[in-house]
Amino acid sequence: MRAVEEFDVIVVGAGPAGLAAAMTAVRNGMKTIVIERGEFPGAKNVMGGVLYTQPTSRLIPEFYQEAPLERPVVEQRYAFLEGDNAFTAGYRAPAWADPPYNAHTVLRAKFDRWLAKKAEAEGVLIITETVVEDLLYKGDAVVGVRTGRAEGDVRGKVVILAEGVNALIAKKAGLHTQLGPEHVAVAVKEIISLPREKIEDRFCLEEGQGATLELLGGATAGMIGTAFIYTNQDSLSVGIGCLLSEMVKRQANPNDLLERLKAHPFVRKLIQGGETKEYMGHLIPEGGYKAIPKMYRQGVMVVGDAGMLVNGIHREGSNLAMVSGMAAGEVAAGAINSHDLSEQSMKLYQDRLKETFVLKDLYKYRNSAHLFEENPQFFTTYPEILSGAAREFFTVDSMPKADKQKKIWKMVTGKRAKGDLIRDMWKLWRTMG
Amino acid sequence: MHFVVCLKQVPDTSEVRIDPKTNTLMREGVPSIINPYDAHALEEALALRDKAGGKVTVLSMGPPQAVDSLRKAVSLGADEAILLSDRAFAGSDTLATSYILAQALEKIRQEQGIDLVLCGKQAIDGDTAQVGPGIARRLDIPQLTYVIKVDWIKEGEIQVHRKLEDGREVARAKLPALLTVEKELNEIRYATFPNMLRAAKYEPLVWGADKFHLSPAEMGLKGSPTSVSRIFAPPGRTGGEQIMAIDDPGSAAISLVGKLFQQNIIMVHPIARGGRD
Ligand SMILES: Cc1cc2nc3c(=O)[nH]c(=O)nc-3n(C[C@H](O)[C@H](O)[C@H](O)COP(=O)(O)OP(=O)(O)OC[C@H]3O[C@@H](n4cnc5c(N)ncnc54)[C@H](O)[C@@H]3O)c2cc1C
Repeated sequence: MRAVEEFDVIVVGAGPAGLAAAMTAVRNGMKTIVIERGEFPGAKNVMGGVLYTQPTSRLIPEFYQEAPLERPVVEQRYAFLEGDNAFTAGYRAPAWADPPYNAHTVLRAKFDRWLAKKAEAEGVLIITETVVEDLLYKGDAVVGVRTGRAEGDVRGKVVILAEGVNALIAKKAGLHTQLGPEHVAVAVKEIISLPREKIEDRFCLEEGQGATLELLGGATAGMIGTAFIYTNQDSLSVGIGCLLSEMVKRQANPNDLLERLKAHPFVRKLIQGGETKEYMGHLIPEGGYKAIPKMYRQGVMVVGDAGMLVNGIHREGSNLAMVSGMAAGEVAAGAINSHDLSEQSMKLYQDRLKETFVLKDLYKYRNSAHLFEENPQFFTTYPEILSGAAREFFTVDSMPKADKQKKIWKMVTGKRAKGDLIRDMWKLWRTMG
Repeated sequence: MHFVVCLKQVPDTSEVRIDPKTNTLMREGVPSIINPYDAHALEEALALRDKAGGKVTVLSMGPPQAVDSLRKAVSLGADEAILLSDRAFAGSDTLATSYILAQALEKIRQEQGIDLVLCGKQAIDGDTAQVGPGIARRLDIPQLTYVIKVDWIKEGEIQVHRKLEDGREVARAKLPALLTVEKELNEIRYATFPNMLRAAKYEPLVWGADKFHLSPAEMGLKGSPTSVSRIFAPPGRTGGEQIMAIDDPGSAAISLVGKLFQQNIIMVHPIARGGRD
């Protein structure tokens, strides 16, 4: 019989949250193992995706020197669709094309694999193609995990659950409740290949630079959600995500929504001639602050998507995942070094997160999920108003401008009564401001 | 007993997904795998070792990334893994490859003895089925190709079932011998967690061209006379007739000889017929 090996830290899931947790634990001298069910880290990942430089640098300084990134994002644009029309706004900063950058587009299958290799080089042991099925207990205390393999019990002092949105193990451990349809978005995405020059021409980019485009309103058929197009090196990530509760209510099918989006005149020309290389779907936890489960118990912490740490409004998830992973890795090391694996000791993790943007941002937007759910006009009426107002504004038809302004105002109040408008703006200001 | 398995890392053609709409290949993230036939060779070696005792060594020639497949073999239970990797090996055809593998096997044989060498019947990225037989010939050991069942192995001898174009053959050979195997030979096991752990930490031995006896003229591009002029699927064999000889070999032989005469494949010499000339 081989002696049973014991680890200090066991991490479930090799996404950004799990890898950040494991790297941090190893850097603090912990013997650390990551168990991932995919064939390799990133194999099952679907992220759009925009990777933010600053939070990632906290894990690996100047990672952009060697990581497989697609393009630095120099422009972020929004388009509100209404019928065939679009109202657009955006911001471009050429300086974002150079270090220290702001964000890059990435293909996670490549990026996660690279990140995992970095983690291995630092001493993290990564076991793939292995599913964690449950926690192992001795009495009430967590003493490891059970995997689906023969002789598959793994002993460890602290378990960090970084298993992503489904969070099956966290649920079994009583740390996570069943997600309601109002707490998750269903996202589908295609990778559409296009020659580099075409991408650069169509998005007005210098060689190698990238852009993001988020589409709202008609893009999601008025449902709570967004569609997106991100530029990769020689492909576009084109996708759409809507709240599951909305999809169910409307009996909408994500594939149809994506096809509809691709056929829209504003989008069609951007992707014309491209070839779909991959199609994938995934859930995004968008319940916000109020849906965050209990994030710790004796010997266990929950990080990343498994802990609902996604800021849907700002399209941020991977950064919250990494920062929460790092915090958990540190707390695990501290707890192990001081021989205190109690629930109280793990609570420090949540306290730390409260001091970071992770929980501060989610707290700030704590009412947003509710706001949008109760006020669908933000995704239906307002894009129409924007588009209609812009159409009048830009239409030259010999009408005196003063009359035109009156006409616009009439159109606006025709779509939404004055009192409602004021109330809407107040609500929006209160939740987002 | 010492079992040595030759295995090759190949691109996983089954993982190249087809886009349902455009019918194009989606190659993103296509992983490398152990050549499927070789995986069955490994499984058989592991099963024989588990029964008869001894050890399993896996041997692969390839680029440095091929350690991934060797680690995978260790995760399934192989005891030791050796990677033959050197720039000088690049461009080797089946002739040069079987030379390099045979020379490495010769070194292993001298140092620790070998009872059985196992190979897949062919690699899915070339389909030549030449390397296994090439190794056996160079090592001057018996070869049993297209094996679908191993009846038994004991000190000095092995009995197997071979798959023939129609039917099977039961064959016996003296050890050491070389098998090339079919997929129906066995079911591949799942790795146990302790073996996964061992594999994750395992560093295969890496042998460059200076680690064993090799002549530069016989390896790499220099040692590779093959040039592929055309790739096509050969037409199936037609015609022919089978005479079953299991129940009554005597009358089968008589019927065979009769047919050979009828078709003038063999002729009775005029003298034997009683002629005078
Ligand atoms: C379409 C889409 C677009 C997105 N766009 C962006 C974006 O532009 N920017 C951004 O920052 N974020 C984006 N996100 C969110 C981002 O992808 C996630 O927030 C982030 O990946 C969370 O990381 P994680 O490590 O918590 O979880 P994941 O990345 O989901 O990793 C979890 C890992 O755990 C493994 N696992 C699960 N269960 C088990 C088990 N039982 N045993 C073993 N392994 C297990 C999984 O295989 C997986 O590898 C997007 C998400 C989607 C779906």
